[in-house]
Amino acid sequence: MQLETVKKVKKPLLQVNDLKQYFPIKGGLFGRTVNHVKAVDGVSFDIYEGETVSIVGESGCGKSTTGRAILRLEEPTDGKVTFQDKDLLGLSKRKMRNMRKDLQVIFQDPYASLNPRQTVGRILEEALEILNVVPKKERPQRVKELLEQVGLQAEFADRFPHEFSGGQRQRIGIARALAVEPKLIICDEAVSALDVSVQAQILNLLKKLQRQYNLTYLFISHDLGVVRHISDRVIVMYLGRVVEIADKKSLFENPQHPYTKALLSAIPEASRKRKKERMILKGDVPSPIDPPTGCRFHTRCPLATEQCKVKTPEVRQVGPEHFVACDVI
Amino acid sequence: MSNQAVKMDNQPSLQAPKKIKPSHPKVERWKAFYKQLKKNKMAMAGGAIILFYLILAVAAPVIAPYDPLAIDLGNKLATPSWEHWMGTDDKGRDILSRILYGAQLSLGVGVVSVSIGAFFGIILGLFAGYYGKWIDTFISRFIDVLLAFPGILLALAIISALGPSMINVMIAVGIFSIPTFARIVRGSTLSVKKMEYVDAIRSLGANDFKIIFVHILPNILSPVIVQGTLRLATAILTAAGLSFLGMGAQPPTPEWGAMLSSGRNFLWQAPHLATFPGLAIATIVLGFNLFGDGLRDALDPRLKQ
Repeated sequence: MQLETVKKVKKPLLQVNDLKQYFPIKGGLFGRTVNHVKAVDGVSFDIYEGETVSIVGESGCGKSTTGRAILRLEEPTDGKVTFQDKDLLGLSKRKMRNMRKDLQVIFQDPYASLNPRQTVGRILEEALEILNVVPKKERPQRVKELLEQVGLQAEFADRFPHEFSGGQRQRIGIARALAVEPKLIICDEAVSALDVSVQAQILNLLKKLQRQYNLTYLFISHDLGVVRHISDRVIVMYLGRVVEIADKKSLFENPQHPYTKALLSAIPEASRKRKKERMILKGDVPSPIDPPTGCRFHTRCPLATEQCKVKTPEVRQVGPEHFVACDVI
Repeated sequence: MSNQAVKMDNQPSLQAPKKIKPSHPKVERWKAFYKQLKKNKMAMAGGAIILFYLILAVAAPVIAPYDPLAIDLGNKLATPSWEHWMGTDDKGRDILSRILYGAQLSLGVGVVSVSIGAFFGIILGLFAGYYGKWIDTFISRFIDVLLAFPGILLALAIISALGPSMINVMIAVGIFSIPTFARIVRGSTLSVKKMEYVDAIRSLGANDFKIIFVHILPNILSPVIVQGTLRLATAILTAAGLSFLGMGAQPPTPEWGAMLSSGRNFLWQAPHLATFPGLAIATIVLGFNLFGDGLRDALDPRLKQ
């Protein structure tokens, strides 16, 4: 009885189910599809309202692709994305456009994410205009408010993006995402291109805005320090699959999957007291065109058994908020 | 006391930036662009030639000493003199007046045909680049077909089908300008559509029309402007060539190519008949080429070799 009420309160805002994104490789004389890059191959997770979930993993593991697929910036190959009980992938293009207001994105490169030919004011006004979030008369006022909310001066509205620094541009990008009052913001490596000091400012701004507007973040990053700072829960991906999902505390203190352990051991430690044992993986990440059978990590896993080469591991629950896809541990 | 001093110091420094920055940033960018262009002496010379012909064309009715069509058989094949600066042709018409009116025609043909080519080329290129897949394949193959014809042959074929007239020359030259524009626009669209601001605007719910025409098009215009200027030279040259072959402007019309063609028969007796229209064509084409090259260097420094 009690459990049920708890479940009722924690209703997932976004549910991703067995999401797949295959990119065709064209070849041959007539451009036939000869193979696929399996960038994302059966990823499932839930995100609850008001929390920050991070996806971590090395380059090419499919974390950004997952974010883009949820937003349908790239049409996913297969799977199900449910947002507020609506099946996003089943919506027509037109209906999806109307849904987009609730899902926004902040990009990695603050230099490529703003149209160089538009003033900042125009960029923000357009965000308000497309789905007519704010009536025309009130838009200039709202633009000023947005700029102030992200810590910029209202007078900046007349300037062009090239007149700003990377951090300021990222703030403009955040203001644009915020303009339509979204429920979920996907931050795709949102601070990776910034200086460490600016990173901290932007992260604090994101946290402040989250409290203010009850935002939910899907935070995609390769920087474990940043992830540790901002997340409630963490998803670890390897080669297009989820290997571990856990709340921040149990993931960083008690990682289960051998890949997560290796990843965490790569964080440089400042203190001299704790001398960590560094876990170095052999070899490279296999190609996502032809990924290993069974557990995708078995080629580099120190614990791999014969079984791992044939059987794809199921996601098991190992703690209250801790799931892992490994059969050995 | 010290407080006051700070205030006094602050006051002007707060107002000063506002006074320095009266012009719109777009104006600033044009200024920077012009500064870059001014460094290129050849481009400025090209620009001056274009401007010179433009003024002549516009002012032709005022400054032309004679009616370009007035026949004066008693004064035919006259060599250049104070009455007729460039002499008269085989029907006694004043060549200078005909050149001046011819500038109107040549520039008009150039602008109209390049506009036709740019308009269709931009639309085809945008669609091919943005939508990709079979739309791209279809448009690209169509462009390949157009490119497979040598330009003048394609124009000749179109005019043979439509009949010789100035309007048809514009259409023909316009059609054979389409592929160059389409290819440049397609390539630029391919790179611009991958920019994150396009994704951002899409995730704000913008439709394809808005993305293509409001966000992609303004960002690919520089190479199109450069190509347009260079293309004007080709268009003028081709139009003159078609008229020379008798496929364009018909006899009494003071068209440079047609004048060259009729002057050709008197090359030994009266070389000035062909020389002046020939010089006019050569200089205006040179002007557009120089200016176009300069524009390219100023608008896109990466292209400089």
